[in-house]
Amino acid sequence: MRLVFTILLLSIISGCSVDPEIKPIIAADNIKEIIPDGWPTPYYNFSNNPLTPDGFILGRTLFYDPIFSSDNTISCGSCHQQFAAFANLAHDVSHGVNGLLGKRNTPALQNLNWNTSFAHDGGVTNLEFFPSVPITLPYEMNETINHVVLKISNSSKYKPLLIAAFGNDTVTSQRLFKALAQFTGTMYSFNSKYDQVKKGKDTYTPQEQIGYNLFVQKCATCHKEPLFSDYLFRNIGLSINPAYNDSGRAHITGNASDRFKFKTPSLRNIEKSAPYAHDGRYSSLTQLLSNHFTGTGGYAPTLDAQIQAGISLTTQEMNDIITFLNTLTDPTFLTDKRFSEN
Amino acid sequence: MKNLLFILLVSVVAFSCKKTDAPAPEPLPPATPAVDTTGTLNIDISHVVNNNPLLLSSTSYTNAHTDTFKVDLLKYYISNVQLITATGYTYTEAVSYYLVDHSNPSSLQLSIKKVPRANYNSVKFLIGIDSLHNVSGAQSGALDPANAMFWTWNSGYIMAKLEGTSNQSGDPTKKITFHLGGFYGTNSSVKTVYLTFPNAAIVSESHTPIVNTKAEIAQWFSNPNVINFATTYAVTTTNSSSKAIADNYASMFSITSVVN
Ligand code: HEC
Ligand code: HEC
Repeated sequence: MRLVFTILLLSIISGCSVDPEIKPIIAADNIKEIIPDGWPTPYYNFSNNPLTPDGFILGRTLFYDPIFSSDNTISCGSCHQQFAAFANLAHDVSHGVNGLLGKRNTPALQNLNWNTSFAHDGGVTNLEFFPSVPITLPYEMNETINHVVLKISNSSKYKPLLIAAFGNDTVTSQRLFKALAQFTGTMYSFNSKYDQVKKGKDTYTPQEQIGYNLFVQKCATCHKEPLFSDYLFRNIGLSINPAYNDSGRAHITGNASDRFKFKTPSLRNIEKSAPYAHDGRYSSLTQLLSNHFTGTGGYAPTLDAQIQAGISLTTQEMNDIITFLNTLTDPTFLTDKRFSEN
Repeated sequence: MKNLLFILLVSVVAFSCKKTDAPAPEPLPPATPAVDTTGTLNIDISHVVNNNPLLLSSTSYTNAHTDTFKVDLLKYYISNVQLITATGYTYTEAVSYYLVDHSNPSSLQLSIKKVPRANYNSVKFLIGIDSLHNVSGAQSGALDPANAMFWTWNSGYIMAKLEGTSNQSGDPTKKITFHLGGFYGTNSSVKTVYLTFPNAAIVSESHTPIVNTKAEIAQWFSNPNVINFATTYAVTTTNSSSKAIADNYASMFSITSVVN
């Protein structure tokens, strides 16, 4: 807040013609830790990373700054787009520096504090650690942590932001990662129609209701309400993609029993975050649901028991479920200016 | 954290203000450690290979499998240092993380501060980082991931790193690369080291003993698991090969002398 004020003041003093409608920085005074009613205790909290509006603003500035990439072309926001619930529209796998293709689909970012691990294989154990992955991957941002710290130390833009957030302008990886976690960790999405219905403030259409009932019956053990994930790793029988031969969770644990298991993704804002699955192989929900549960062509030894038993869906049921899934779209979140590049 | 710093500051001030009596040349062992007076104990580490001082890149050594090799880089963590007296009193250093880097001489001395005045007979520490600090978010100092001792894609610290070359290496460019990490399960690279001193280290506010410690690097590849560089030349994940080397380096340390 102080920072916003100072910047406003500076712009006024310096006499540059600031359109009063367009604030240089969108304030984030009302950023705070939230646990919506009825939600479990989050796995990550801000006890070791005190949440402040200035910390959040620093995090947001970093998120949209290509300074993290070796050729200064790609920011976190290049791959994580707000209108796509911070997934990457129309990209099956990630596109990094020099047009290099990654191996995995960019997931939506929302309600991250409830995740017990990060990435499709859960290899990252703490939200604060995550940025080191894209920064150092050769086919994503292709940088080193040391060099990023140096570039940001040399950037005059960051001095006031750092002073506001931390009291002085020293740059450490710890500060950058904590500020980013203040931004990504407050991307809460809990204002969908589904949430309104739960609170008794709205009602489902008959088709949405049928879809919800089917969902509870056939999907909710893994896509567990209210976060729509159990955060466990499961093999749902997708055929092995020879382009990547991605063994999923086994890549982390080294256990044969984890081969081709991936983290259950949340389904909030799922309408907006196509394409789907860890390698983005499905471009629509219909395509996904017609193939998701056949259980053939995948890696049989670790196939999830529920999928093995078979989940059958008629075309009508599929449409009903998709109608329900669309109630998980949260327009407030997708357009919240506090999360936008500005 | 702020509170802790404050308490630490206050205690530093309090201790430094205290007027101490002229110290006796050989402080007598107190019955119980006098926690109101503290001193420093230094652990000096020297790296040797087959008992010869380690020289980076220039000198060729032979492992137990009779492969020849040179070392270009040697870095590892020591953490959670504890000092123990004959009566079993244990001093646990509060924030105890050291990155030992052979190319950085100052990192070869671990200066254990705020040690309560007592005679210590043994030391216990971890090679590597305790599991809590592998999962508890962005850290600084020795634990800054910018030290290149952190696995990003599979969160956790690289407990120990040795890189070099060997003519027998199975790698086309003859490199040997050992990045040993993993903090849980049977293949964990974190090892507990317990060493007894040949004579007591007498710590007081006026007396800083030096514990001379030898780290035998050939031990990484010899005992109990003989490492053959033709087949084991690049270990960069946690698996049975990393376990074999970690089980070896667990016993690389020995105390050569305690100088009071
Ligand atoms: C080149 C595209 C790209 C860039 C740039 C990028 N990401 Fe990602 N992000 C991905 C992909 C792909 C994944 C999935 C990774 C995996 O499963 O291995 C991901 C996963 C994540 C996750 C974990 C989400 C979950 O549910 O597990 C977080 C958090 C995240 N990114 C934050 C960031 C931040 C912060 C930055 C900037 C420092 C960033 N990303 C830059 C593509 C990108
Ligand atoms: C056995 C547990 C399980 C059940 C039951 C299950 N899913 Fe999934 N679902 C998963 C896992 C695991 C993934 C991730 C697969 C991957 O990335 O390869 C997934 C992925 C998805 C995705 C893609 C999400 C994204 O962001 O890419 C959608 C949509 C989906 N499931 C919907 C459903 C629906 C609808 C049902 C019920 C008809 C259902 N799932 C039942 C475990 C399950």
